[in-house]
Amino acid sequence: MALEDYASVVGPEVIDHLRQLARPLKGMKVVHINSTKLGGGVAEILDTLIPLTNELQIDTTWEVVTGSADFYECTKSIHNGLQGSQAPISDRLWREYEKTNVDNAERLRGLLEPADIVFIHDPQPAALINHCPNRKGKWIWRCHIDLSHPSRPVWKYLRQHVARHDASIFSLAAFAPPLQHPMYLIPPSINPLNDKNRELTPEERNSVYGQFGIDPQRPLVSQISRFDRFKDPIGVIQAYKLAKKFTPGLQLALAGGGATDDPEGEIVLNEVRAAAEGDPDIHVILLPPDAHVSINAIQRASDIVLQKSTKEGFGLTVTEALWKGKPVIGGDTGGIRLQITNHHTGFLVSSPEGAALRIRYLLGDRQKRESIGEKGREYVRNNFLITRHLREYLTLIHGLINPERDRVEFN
Amino acid sequence: MALLSPKPEMEKVMEENVIQDPQILIPDPFAVKDCALIALATGKRSQNLRELSNNLREIPQASVYYHFWGGLLLPRFEEREYNNDFAAWARHALHDNTLAERLAVVDPSEHPDIEGLRHEVLDIVEQRLDEVGHVPWSKIDQQFEFLLSKMVVFDTKMRFNTPRELAGHVNQLPLGGFFYHFIDARRRPPEKVDDFSSWLAGFGGEYDALRGKLAAVDPYFTTLIQLRKRISDIFEDYFEGGEHGA
Repeated sequence: MALEDYASVVGPEVIDHLRQLARPLKGMKVVHINSTKLGGGVAEILDTLIPLTNELQIDTTWEVVTGSADFYECTKSIHNGLQGSQAPISDRLWREYEKTNVDNAERLRGLLEPADIVFIHDPQPAALINHCPNRKGKWIWRCHIDLSHPSRPVWKYLRQHVARHDASIFSLAAFAPPLQHPMYLIPPSINPLNDKNRELTPEERNSVYGQFGIDPQRPLVSQISRFDRFKDPIGVIQAYKLAKKFTPGLQLALAGGGATDDPEGEIVLNEVRAAAEGDPDIHVILLPPDAHVSINAIQRASDIVLQKSTKEGFGLTVTEALWKGKPVIGGDTGGIRLQITNHHTGFLVSSPEGAALRIRYLLGDRQKRESIGEKGREYVRNNFLITRHLREYLTLIHGLINPERDRVEFN
Repeated sequence: MALLSPKPEMEKVMEENVIQDPQILIPDPFAVKDCALIALATGKRSQNLRELSNNLREIPQASVYYHFWGGLLLPRFEEREYNNDFAAWARHALHDNTLAERLAVVDPSEHPDIEGLRHEVLDIVEQRLDEVGHVPWSKIDQQFEFLLSKMVVFDTKMRFNTPRELAGHVNQLPLGGFFYHFIDARRRPPEKVDDFSSWLAGFGGEYDALRGKLAAVDPYFTTLIQLRKRISDIFEDYFEGGEHGA
């Protein structure tokens, strides 16, 4: 997909803004580093962002850090710790974290040190900066996690690496800890034209019914998420069971894939299967990382989409569902709050009971579902598409190379 | 929208005003800009009214500005209940309606500089702390987050050679552009007036009446869409009615 393809969705002026921003940055070398090419919102964003930035003639590459099972166990624990889990991380795992960063720095140094701009995504590669002493450019730590109430020991450890960067990016103000460098607030985004979000053909839309045994004649609620405790899939099943008493034909689809950097997914998946046992209307669907069309079809087949997270960095599945014109019932937490306004784009809830109440309310009022769906789609169009995201990354680069100026102006 | 060679209308303006020196009395075409804000966290947050007061003394002027004016560019589904973030926080996080109402009537356009505005807010907060005799607190997840912003200004390539041309397009200006020209311009030295008035002044005294009407508009207690409509109406009324009509 080329930049001009997005003009039909966001308007040509938005594309022109990107070209104005990119012109002075032409030829610059930008590197993004994260820990997986497949699965999870970060990989999906980079999948779109990298070619668009290159089309703007900014030389942009994307590399991943690789490590052992112990490394991923450690980074999953860091992730959970930053989101508030108090489980300690052993010295052995911390050593593996450091060693993996040393090894990856060795492998990537030739790319990282001469780069003008380096984006380090999330905790996994955060220690690379210590091992690139001759770095030439600006390094930015991009945090996609809810960092509002972290485990203090975990954050204390990570902070020493983060603080060495030239700037950081958070999805919400509440996630930004006290740091001495500039802290930009940039929510993530979706690509309206990729397989996960584009319009589907009737055949593609209908494929979901036969493939997953869903009855098109009966109402469907769904949650699309990794099988992760913070996404509260068990709470979703509880909410479904409460709502089903009043809507006997109700079906639930709990669909998600694993990310290659998430070793805990299988344990949670087994818990979910146990909770769903005995109810043929609960469809627990484990999807491969590239099942974008299936996810798209399940969201479009749903009457209501849930994202009942108890912690959430941003919640791109909420964005995806709003873009498809679906009302969303979401956990009252993190970035979900930025996307859901009660009665306008869906409902924020704090318990399975609250979710059940809103399911009942919305299932009983088709007109309300449709009007919420329309508002949600426009809200996403104006705020959470990849073009806005790219504009803000480019603005940030201007801000870092001209730190004394409070505005960037093009004539 | 007109391009850059509008001579017939310019000449008409000159004739009407018996203008001899175009260097002085024909300003450059009005160049329409668009803008977007990118927010930054200051790292300062307040969970109670005393902390708010302390932080208010220290935050950069850009943060005070952002919490009064930045909200105009944020997406909303309904009109703002309160016109600045301090008042909204007092109501929704501290549940102090009296404080919220007092903060809500603070009009930033009455202050020639941000320091004056900062001190008015501080006075209200300190007075409230004296009155209530205790420090009101918010929940941990409803703290006041002090933000500021950087602005990026784009060139839309839209140019208007005469006020009459501009009048027909005010209501179609991008909202970001309208913010830039009518709100942001007021803090840009040396004139610190909106860009429309500044440009109109370049035509000599011809448009003083129109400038007077623009100056009478209160830019604060409304939404950006309503404000744009109001300015558009003023322009259109000026040219369609009265002595300046066709």
